[in-house]
Amino acid sequence: MAFGDHSVEVDGCKTHYRRSGKGTPLVFLHGASGAPVVLPFMEKLAERFDVVVPDHPGYGQSGEPEWLENIHDVAYFYLDFLAALELEKAVVVGSSMGGWMAMEMAVRNTSRIGALVLVSPAGVKAGGAEPADIFLLPQEEMVRGLFHDSKFAEARLAIPETPESVDLGLKNRHTTARLAWEPRLHDPHLPKWLHRIDVPVHIVWGREDRILPVGIGHELKRLMPKAGLHVFERCGHLPQVEKMEEFCELVFRSCK
Amino acid sequence: MPYADLDLEAGRRNGTVWVTLPNTNFDPEKGHRLYNRYLDELEYGEKLGFDVVAVNEHHQTAYGLMPSPIVTASALARRTTRAKIAILGSALPLRSHPLTIAEEHAMIDVISGGRLISGFVRGIGAEYHTFGVNPTFSHDRFHEAHDLIVRAWTEPGPFSFRGHHYDVKYVNLWPRPYQKPHPPIWIPSQGSKETIDWASHPDHRYTYLQTFSPAKVVARYLRMYRDTCAGYGYRAEDSQLGWAVPVYVGETDESAREEAKKHFEAFRNVYVKMPLEMLLPPGYTSRESLKNVMKAKAQMFGDVTLEQAVELGLFVCGSAQSVRSNFEKYWSEMKFGNLLVMCQFGTLPADLTRASMERFARDVMPALKALK
Repeated sequence: MAFGDHSVEVDGCKTHYRRSGKGTPLVFLHGASGAPVVLPFMEKLAERFDVVVPDHPGYGQSGEPEWLENIHDVAYFYLDFLAALELEKAVVVGSSMGGWMAMEMAVRNTSRIGALVLVSPAGVKAGGAEPADIFLLPQEEMVRGLFHDSKFAEARLAIPETPESVDLGLKNRHTTARLAWEPRLHDPHLPKWLHRIDVPVHIVWGREDRILPVGIGHELKRLMPKAGLHVFERCGHLPQVEKMEEFCELVFRSCK
Repeated sequence: MPYADLDLEAGRRNGTVWVTLPNTNFDPEKGHRLYNRYLDELEYGEKLGFDVVAVNEHHQTAYGLMPSPIVTASALARRTTRAKIAILGSALPLRSHPLTIAEEHAMIDVISGGRLISGFVRGIGAEYHTFGVNPTFSHDRFHEAHDLIVRAWTEPGPFSFRGHHYDVKYVNLWPRPYQKPHPPIWIPSQGSKETIDWASHPDHRYTYLQTFSPAKVVARYLRMYRDTCAGYGYRAEDSQLGWAVPVYVGETDESAREEAKKHFEAFRNVYVKMPLEMLLPPGYTSRESLKNVMKAKAQMFGDVTLEQAVELGLFVCGSAQSVRSNFEKYWSEMKFGNLLVMCQFGTLPADLTRASMERFARDVMPALKALK
């Protein structure tokens, strides 16, 4: 079934999302570069879930609300978004920045959340695992840094730029800076409250992640001892792209 | 105030001398000699009859050794007696507390007996990388810090300031500034409509100083400033307009170019250079401005020769007569009331710097001061 485009106003923010599939709701929270297109893993997940892929406030086709100042604003927004769509027991899958958002939501309120899948999430810092400087890397190096297997980077770099894609890229980058510039890609207060997350948590990482090193995954596991930690070998920052089949199998297996 | 002893090849290899060039390239003993040389040159400026000596602020870079213009301005406050001292400027959003700027500028104003010109800037993009300050809040923090500083200078304390970024229960500045109502405020800028709208606003009427830009660009922004003032319903004074430009005066046009060439090119092509991502982090400018820079990338980020720079009016270089007639021509087009000549740039050594300053002061400055 094809993904359809939808829009809903939440907290005064026109929010664009795509949706496909039936069953338990699964909300995918994208990373810093947004979710401009439907990717194969989304279609695969939609075979068994009611998959909702929103553009975050300040990203993609969603609005840029005045109130958007920090990651906590996004967390409250998404709790309202789950309510607005009347989603129950939602599996929240967050990649990178999106994983950070998922944790910030869940420490506040899990009443509409069934499980978390954190895919190489930002959000906490770990000694010896310094994130790449995503704001200083030239665009091409940034794309290459996302993947272990360079063929994925080549494919992404081969997509021609359009005026629209340039505009979207600048918009996404602006919001990422607003949320994650300082403290860089983490919230120093988050570790204090991770114990409040009372739903199953699955942490997924690529061993060769050069954006957020896997050491951050080990730190998260230490902070959330009951969480599962799944490390994919020969895989970079986006396991859902680079190890699509295994990633979806893992979600199917862990979040029935 | 560049680190003129820089190994230029190390700078070139690193792609920039900002943010990431290891500070092992800095030798404190050479730094000691350079600081004292540059301060001597600034003091010499007063002796030669310059109206103002100016310092600025840049961080973690071989481009300039003045992370704190407060330090250099303080040194000048005690070693000069007549010239104004301009801080161009203090980077408001980079400070965690703007009251420290209000206090330090007030101190210098009081110590110097009212000779301070206060400049406010946001700091350049690279400095948001070095300090970790969020560039998407840069404008907001700048405006709020400005409001707090000006109120602290002008309103009787104690009063409370309730801002979004700064929240102070007791604003009660000791010392208050010497000048009434406060030191003149200048706004150095590389040119932006937002800055011009703000600086020219009838509540501000701040002197707008276009820095290191081709003459055509300077003319465009100064005209924009005048037009914006007219839009606000008043006529801009010439004193509200300024141009900051590197200048070298030699005996002849040929000798000037020959003497300045490698030093200017080091300045433009090594010390100033940085990649786009470093220069313009997200939110530092509007996305429209950022796109315009991306379009002009090849032109802005490529090397420029001295000859090209002179042609563009990015650099004014020649005999005293040529420099004078150049500025007379530029002045008749732009009517800037303030001309800030950058007498030292890049690797320009002390003897050439002083000789150029002397020629400028003797054979150029009197004619320019007489322009009306």
